[in-house]
Amino acid sequence: MLKWITLAPLVGAILNGFLGKRLGERFVSIVAPASVFVSFVLAALSFSGLLSKTPDADGVRRVTEVWFTWLNVGTFRADFGYLVDPLSGIYILFITFVGFLIHVYATGYMKGDPGFYRFFTYLNLFMFMMLTLVLADNLLLLFVGWEGVGLCSYLLIGYYIKKKEAGDAAKKAFIANRVGDLSYSVGLFLIFATFGSISFVAKGDVASFLSQASTTTTVAAFTFTLIALLLFGGATGKSAQIPLFVWLPDAMAGPTPVSALIHAATMVTAGVYLIARCSAVVVKSPTAMLVIALIGAATAIFAASIGLAQNDIKKVLAYSTVSQLGYMFLACGVGAFGAAIFHVMTHAFFKALLFLGSGSVIHGMHHEQDMRYMGNLKKYMKVTWVTMMIGWLAISGFPLLSGFFSKDEILWKTYSTEVFPAGTGTLLWFVAALTALMTAIYMTRMMVMTFWGEERYDGSPEIHGHGHDDHGHGHDDHGSHGHGHHGHFTPHESPLSMVLPLVILAALSVAGGWVGIPAAMGGSNHFEHFLEPSLAHAQPAAAHGAADAHGATGATTAAAASHGAATHDTSLELGLTGVSVILGFLGIAIGWFIFKKNPLKDMPDVLENKWYVDEVYEDAIINPIENTSRNVLWKIVDVKWIDGYVNALAGSFGALAGILRTTQTGFARSYAAVILAGAVVVIGYFISVLAR
Amino acid sequence: MNWITITTYLPLLGAVALLLHGMFWSGKREQERLDNEYRWLTLIITLVTFAASIPILLAFNSAQAGPQMVVKQSWITSFGVSYHTGVDGLSIWLVLLTTFLMPISILASWHVGKRVREYMIFLLILETGMLGVFVALDMFLFYLFFEITLIPMYFLIGVWGGERRIYAAVKFFIYTVVGSLLMLVAIIAVYYLNGGTTFDIVEITNNFAAHRNTLMSVPVQRMLWFAFALAFLIKVPLWPLHTWLPDAHVEAPTAGSIILAGVLLKMGTYGLMRFNLPLFPEISREAAPIVMTLAVIGIIYGALVAMVQPDMKKLVAYSSVSHLGFVVLGIFSFTELGLQGALYQMLAHGISTGALFYCVGIVYERRHTRLIAEYGGLATPMPQYSTIFIIVSLASLGLPLLNGFIGEFLILIGTFTATVPYAKLFAVLAGLGVILSAVYLLWMLQRVLFGEITNKENAELEDLDKRDLFGLVPLVILALVMGVQPMRFLNATQATISKLEQQVRNPKEVKAQQLRAAK
Repeated sequence: MLKWITLAPLVGAILNGFLGKRLGERFVSIVAPASVFVSFVLAALSFSGLLSKTPDADGVRRVTEVWFTWLNVGTFRADFGYLVDPLSGIYILFITFVGFLIHVYATGYMKGDPGFYRFFTYLNLFMFMMLTLVLADNLLLLFVGWEGVGLCSYLLIGYYIKKKEAGDAAKKAFIANRVGDLSYSVGLFLIFATFGSISFVAKGDVASFLSQASTTTTVAAFTFTLIALLLFGGATGKSAQIPLFVWLPDAMAGPTPVSALIHAATMVTAGVYLIARCSAVVVKSPTAMLVIALIGAATAIFAASIGLAQNDIKKVLAYSTVSQLGYMFLACGVGAFGAAIFHVMTHAFFKALLFLGSGSVIHGMHHEQDMRYMGNLKKYMKVTWVTMMIGWLAISGFPLLSGFFSKDEILWKTYSTEVFPAGTGTLLWFVAALTALMTAIYMTRMMVMTFWGEERYDGSPEIHGHGHDDHGHGHDDHGSHGHGHHGHFTPHESPLSMVLPLVILAALSVAGGWVGIPAAMGGSNHFEHFLEPSLAHAQPAAAHGAADAHGATGATTAAAASHGAATHDTSLELGLTGVSVILGFLGIAIGWFIFKKNPLKDMPDVLENKWYVDEVYEDAIINPIENTSRNVLWKIVDVKWIDGYVNALAGSFGALAGILRTTQTGFARSYAAVILAGAVVVIGYFISVLAR
Repeated sequence: MNWITITTYLPLLGAVALLLHGMFWSGKREQERLDNEYRWLTLIITLVTFAASIPILLAFNSAQAGPQMVVKQSWITSFGVSYHTGVDGLSIWLVLLTTFLMPISILASWHVGKRVREYMIFLLILETGMLGVFVALDMFLFYLFFEITLIPMYFLIGVWGGERRIYAAVKFFIYTVVGSLLMLVAIIAVYYLNGGTTFDIVEITNNFAAHRNTLMSVPVQRMLWFAFALAFLIKVPLWPLHTWLPDAHVEAPTAGSIILAGVLLKMGTYGLMRFNLPLFPEISREAAPIVMTLAVIGIIYGALVAMVQPDMKKLVAYSSVSHLGFVVLGIFSFTELGLQGALYQMLAHGISTGALFYCVGIVYERRHTRLIAEYGGLATPMPQYSTIFIIVSLASLGLPLLNGFIGEFLILIGTFTATVPYAKLFAVLAGLGVILSAVYLLWMLQRVLFGEITNKENAELEDLDKRDLFGLVPLVILALVMGVQPMRFLNATQATISKLEQQVRNPKEVKAQQLRAAK
């Protein structure tokens, strides 16, 4: 059954790809969401099957399934095999559910688009790849999904094939991801070279590399560091962390449902999934964990700073996503993998909501994305406004909403981490708390610019000036709304297929966090207790010395960690929660008072220009490589040197032949003379030999 | 009658038939009609040849490491030359690849209008030559076929090529002849050093394995290794011996490029696996760091230069330099993973690069230019073409579930786990080639297929016709099947490869491993 969770959307993609053009929009509108819904049902069934399963010997509940052996050469083996455990179980649930909602939404959003069937072919294909990624029982099949979602992301970012910036963004996304993928691949090689297995479950008599990693005493600490960092390198590509984050903001060139599904809720969190999946390896290297935590924290605050100054509504959300992903890695880095996954899930709800809301706004604004030309939309788009407010409050950490619990969990786990030397956790907490403040500010700015204040539609080059034909994706329905391009423009609310998913996601953004209310607040944190068996525990810094010397076993570390968890200070935790609540309100207040009065306030250039990172990459890496390739490697090394030598060599033979040719006079008598001379020499030789 | 023999000589028979047809049965038909008859006749011959090669595959026993379906006849008895053919794991898929690609290249050459009969005859002779190379188990016979392939290719480039065809043809000929002449010397030397009684590859390999070091000194082995390697590495081509390839590809007609990239280059890598590794394992190990260094340079260099080519065909040609670098890397990793990967990459590259050249040929046929800058926005008038072009490009850049990935992955992991010095470094550096292949292919796709139509001449271009679909769809399907079901292919080669791996394995390492295992 597990394979059908992945295959259902693939069937959808095949149907849409081959028949969608002929059978039209109605057919596609049914097949595409329905195929994902089938996945959702199967995922839910598998999940309940998992709940009733008795745990394996290592305490983890698992449902496994092997379809066929994909690659088996020498001792290397990778199956088309699937694994549902608490980690992947949660993932498939929210992926298929949010995916289904976004598919429904997209049938409204993409209505009338000439490439309708193509869009849904890609979107279904994406679901297949994403589910393959999550359900894979080994690193290579995971990699199939990993590169596959990258491909779909490429196809969907570049969906508007006539737009040059869409093509550029698509290519940039694929290549940035490929850089990360090399890191992933090398990590995989090293895992195979070290453990002789790349599977998450035992295959034949070879134990999974994860269980080997937690029990081994012979593998050097350095190898663990290397493996963890290589895998994390892969994650920085897919999950848009420093230094490979640059592709994600540009990826907003794709249609908005794509941004919601791929570039917010699911694909970009694959890096977090990878790190959580391989947590048994990651916890073996405090160095790697520190790197992950630092990169995560740095990305979080860095992207938030850029988010403060963007005017494109989707760009704000994109940088916000990068920033929130930073949070998740920070959580991984401090060993709080469960908190990271918790935040992955709540973020999927509220960020998908925000993106879909922004799509609704863009739809209502006739493809205007620049918030400087928006304002007062609360008057025209009530449902979008209310649902987006919930998303806004959730991400800002408003008490009792989903984002509040997951973010607070990360902040607390960061502050109280025992993985690093004293003080490091406090420092990381400070950065994360500051990011929380900034998040509240830029989200408030976005909301204020979009939904409050004056109507600034007149300046928009999208609404006035020219129609949509230039985009090659004009929506049929716009013509029928009756507001021509020249009269007074009135934004409109989106159709039911679009607002219904908003409402459902809003409900989840409110309640989605209640599965993980921490003990300190009177909850029981079901979520993390459920996840716990499939994640590894980090060892406290105090144990490092011992671990390095003797190679502490997973069992003792787990014991130490749970001991630490049991004795933590409840009042401190609640105090910190208070601080983060205050920071959230403070951010909202700051944003409200600054931007309500002056929504078009100039922001610092350096932030608006994203710290010039793209420019630096362009000048420092891309251009030098291209110029060297063209002007040195091709035009000099290949053409002048190598070919020059070859031709010179050939020429010298030609010259030699030219000299020898003079002996070919064409006169029979001179040939006769040479023959005679030759004969004399030969005969003379034989005579001299015989005479001896 | 042996199916291998039938498959090998059917094309040659076909060439004779074409010759006779032109001489005796042409009647007073118009040239155009006659040309069509030649095309159809050749297509049928190549299809029948493909059909004749299927029984070889069906009868192939995957468990057997040595040659199968052997034909052995003494031929020139005074020199110990025998007519000895057969297939093993190294050659089985290459034979099928050849017979499979041939009808496709005939379809790709349908528009050739100049001297159609001669053109088809050369293609058919070429097919017999290539098949002969892969099935020959006698060095003399091997050399004969190896050289026979040169002549038709020379004429295909030189007569039916582009503007600089003469330059390219001569360059191709001289480059390869230099290598193969050295190989001839080496073959004769091996013959004498082995006792001067036989050219049989199997016998010589077995005898060398047992008595190599008593038969000849190490410096002599080095010289012989070098002579063989040079011939094969020019053919591959390994950097810096590659400069004949871009010229030959650019000037060759589409079918010539498909065959050249698809099959002819593989004669080089096949030769390395058939001769250099089993005959001289110590020298091969000794040379591995150098060869691997050159291979890695070729991978990166080929990709970088491909990236900046303004001409599509040249871009694909340089990408071949890069991809074949992977094959050489895999061969010299001496691991089962790497060797299997190398064989797989040879097949995958034949399929995907053949398809790429086909795709380039299609727009060339319509627009008579290969310059990327002349195109743009083709996705609008040519949606089917664009879809297929994108898929084969993705196959070529090694996307999982398509054929290119399996080969590259096995080669890289094989190299990473090899015991050759600096092997891990080589694997990581070669990995850069994987990134770059995405750069140059996606960039080309973007400039050719996407964006607005900038050139009016492109606005009305016709999409694929039935013939193109018949040529391209099988390649696309095979690319997918090879990506999803690699074991179907790898199982057939496993036995031979693991024997080869044992032949080249370092005895010291084997002992060390046994010691470790004993502990």
